[in-house]
Amino acid sequence: MAQLDHMSKLAVLADAAKYDASCASSGTSKRNSRQGGLGSTEGMGICHSYAPDGRCISLLKLLLTNHCIYDCLYCVNRVSSNVQRARFTPEEVVDLTIGFYKRNYIEGLFLSSGIIRTPDYTMEQLVRVAKLLREEHGFKGYIHLKTIPDADPRLIEEAGLYADRLSINVELPREASLTELAPQKDARSIRKAMGGLRMRLEESQEERKKSRRAPRFAPAGQSTQMIVGADAAPDSEIIRTSATLYSGYHLKRVYYSAFSPIPGSPTALPSMTPPLMREHRLYQADWLYRFYGFSVDEIVASTTDGMLDLSLDPKMAWAVANRDRFPVDVNRAPRETLLRIPGLGVKSVEKMIRMRRLAALRLADVARLTKSLKNMRPFIATLDWHPGASTDSAGLVARVTPRIVAPQQLSLFG
Amino acid sequence: MIAVELEHAADFDGWRAAARRLAEAGVDPADVIWRTPGGERDLFGADAPMPEPRADAPALRVSRSFIDLAQRVVCHRDEERFSLLYRLLLRLQQQPKLLEFVTDDDVFRADAMVKAVRRERHKMTAFVRFREVATPDGAAFVAWFEPEHHVVRLTAPFFVDRFASMRWSILTPELCVHWDLEALSFTPGATRDLAPDSDRLEDYWLTYYAHIFNPARLKIAAMKREMPMRYWKNLPESSAILGLIRQATSASEEMIAAPALVAPKRTSKILKQVEAARPVAPHADGLEGLRREAEGCRRCPLWSNATQTVFGEGEPDSEFLFVGEQPGDMEDLAGRPFVGPAGQLFNRALADAGIDRSAAYVTNAVKHFKNEPRGKRRIHKSPNISEINACRWWIEREAELLQPKLTVALGASAVRSLTGESHSVLKTRGQVLTSDFLGDVFVTVHPSYLLRLQGEDERRREYDAFVSDLMKARRLVHG
Repeated sequence: MAQLDHMSKLAVLADAAKYDASCASSGTSKRNSRQGGLGSTEGMGICHSYAPDGRCISLLKLLLTNHCIYDCLYCVNRVSSNVQRARFTPEEVVDLTIGFYKRNYIEGLFLSSGIIRTPDYTMEQLVRVAKLLREEHGFKGYIHLKTIPDADPRLIEEAGLYADRLSINVELPREASLTELAPQKDARSIRKAMGGLRMRLEESQEERKKSRRAPRFAPAGQSTQMIVGADAAPDSEIIRTSATLYSGYHLKRVYYSAFSPIPGSPTALPSMTPPLMREHRLYQADWLYRFYGFSVDEIVASTTDGMLDLSLDPKMAWAVANRDRFPVDVNRAPRETLLRIPGLGVKSVEKMIRMRRLAALRLADVARLTKSLKNMRPFIATLDWHPGASTDSAGLVARVTPRIVAPQQLSLFG
Repeated sequence: MIAVELEHAADFDGWRAAARRLAEAGVDPADVIWRTPGGERDLFGADAPMPEPRADAPALRVSRSFIDLAQRVVCHRDEERFSLLYRLLLRLQQQPKLLEFVTDDDVFRADAMVKAVRRERHKMTAFVRFREVATPDGAAFVAWFEPEHHVVRLTAPFFVDRFASMRWSILTPELCVHWDLEALSFTPGATRDLAPDSDRLEDYWLTYYAHIFNPARLKIAAMKREMPMRYWKNLPESSAILGLIRQATSASEEMIAAPALVAPKRTSKILKQVEAARPVAPHADGLEGLRREAEGCRRCPLWSNATQTVFGEGEPDSEFLFVGEQPGDMEDLAGRPFVGPAGQLFNRALADAGIDRSAAYVTNAVKHFKNEPRGKRRIHKSPNISEINACRWWIEREAELLQPKLTVALGASAVRSLTGESHSVLKTRGQVLTSDFLGDVFVTVHPSYLLRLQGEDERRREYDAFVSDLMKARRLVHG
């Protein structure tokens, strides 16, 4: 095989990495380079660019190599795939990261890899990149390392000392699908590895409470990804799995990735455009669970055959199914009830609560506190507004359902 | 009319000094014109002098949050920003909580300005693109950027934090900022032709941009919302966007239509090697064999919400078998029984009762953690009878291998599991019941019961009672 030049390797290994949805660079410790080194992190990550798929480009997202000895059918890099293969040396990845970073293209690096030789060998290579960046180049930017669940715990320990975030992908919401589609992976060892990471993260937080000098361990925590639409799991099952992962392993995020057709896709998998709206609804449901005080059962109760409504956001779907709880008097209702009003976000709720201590809210005030009053009107009461019977009217669903959006224009200037 | 001449477009200090004097003199906002170099020229003639500072003026009250707000509002391009702030300053003297009235016209407008400025600052941190140039002092990095608001001074410290070890300049039409490794300096605005027009890594960046894009997920509106087109002319990667969109539909359709490919020849050989390399634990009998068998237990649905089976552990020749209810949060993660808070309390009580934990065997009636996810926590749920019955199979096997002299049931679930009957623990504690498969079963409370007690006295009393139960159990064996 002819040696690929740098540019071709970059093309192959970026292609190979694009199915990982995460590009987050938020929530790590604050650092800067005023005392030396290169780079900084603030509380909030920065999206340096956006691709036409609407996804942010915050990190240089690469596979160290897309050679892989596993045969996960949903993955373009599986051993049985005909995709072109390439491999970067750790030094090449380091040079590219530093070069991109100095030009302000990126916040840092998200490095993953196909499994080569053994899980330990692969993990060692990933750790080596992070170590070179931190120790040889004084790199203070963000590093996210994919963690190989079967790797030696000592390597994972080392990874956490250099990386801001570690992640292990659960890949599929159903264990049985993982066994079927990814025979070399084991759902139980994935969960155990996540549990191990949670214990290590908590231990490090405890140590840092005792001494500010204790080394940090993955200060931006752990996350995971689930592929949506590659197996038959309905949304209800996905939401339950997510809740189990959030509560059990304190994940910062569960990413949902609509299964995307891959070159030379095996016949066992659906061949279709990715279910992007479904993915979007799952993210909304995920938000309801994490920030709006909804229980899994409440979210699941408003699904049909376990599937979220594609035409209504899940909070609206819940409200429509629970009209007896509305209208909510925005001048009296406690915070957790305000959070249930469709169209009202966490920040608006906080503003409302501060403001109503000073004066009773009118409809015009609510209009300024929110983006879309129209759909909210049937669900709220203010000093000068009550929806009357409209909350219970048969036409409510039609009124709050967005008109079907025309197929997305391909013209940039349309 | 009083005209205030500010030093630059975002001159917060100048505004503050002038606003204080004006406010102390009680000057009406309508009588003040705020001028900045490069700002719109007004047609008013300034005919009144600036009031002299007054020593006897009442102190102005402003909160930290107003200062934060004002420091951002001055960066907005709105010509009325300084007069809006002055009006707010005066109103705040009457209404100290005014800023919480977020729907008030002035507050609403100021908040919107803050939001726009914050966003523009953020976009500047995101979209500045440095190009490397050679200088006599070594490499330097230069960018051309066109901000919509006066955010250069506000954003400069971000670039110092990040690139303190590089020489860099950001040129903009209104104001340029430079870092020479030691200090920031500002110079008047520049033109684009003063900035370099290429960089050796830009082709790599474009290659990366093109290949990290997934053509099957075209979402142009989302891209344009976050990266508005007005920024594109200074983003090298924007030159690739149109081509990527044009190819996307056909690329995605081709991918969907393409037949499944024949796997490369090496595939089966590699997969066989992976299979052969899979670590196989040596065959084990006894408790170790049983533990491994239990790893894959699916006798009831509780496995699906848990991390792993938590099997019993301890001394196989133990005289005592302690049976709890089920693993908790920590046990589930660690894969070992009685390691969480209740386990620690249990160890202490055992020691106080003169029983050596390392010489005992501990296990649970149910071997998976039953819980309900709630936010970031898992709420413990007691196992029901069918779950206890399903898991009894494992206790029976453990009992056969251990043959303890005495079994201690900790709590109601253990009693149910061992005797097949429900008994009130508080009524039967300290008694010996009978199990079909284990014989004598001594009953006491579960240590987590002690953790749930509120009062200090009650907790001490119940702890002592627990220890005395354990002593009684010890005496039953040792006489």
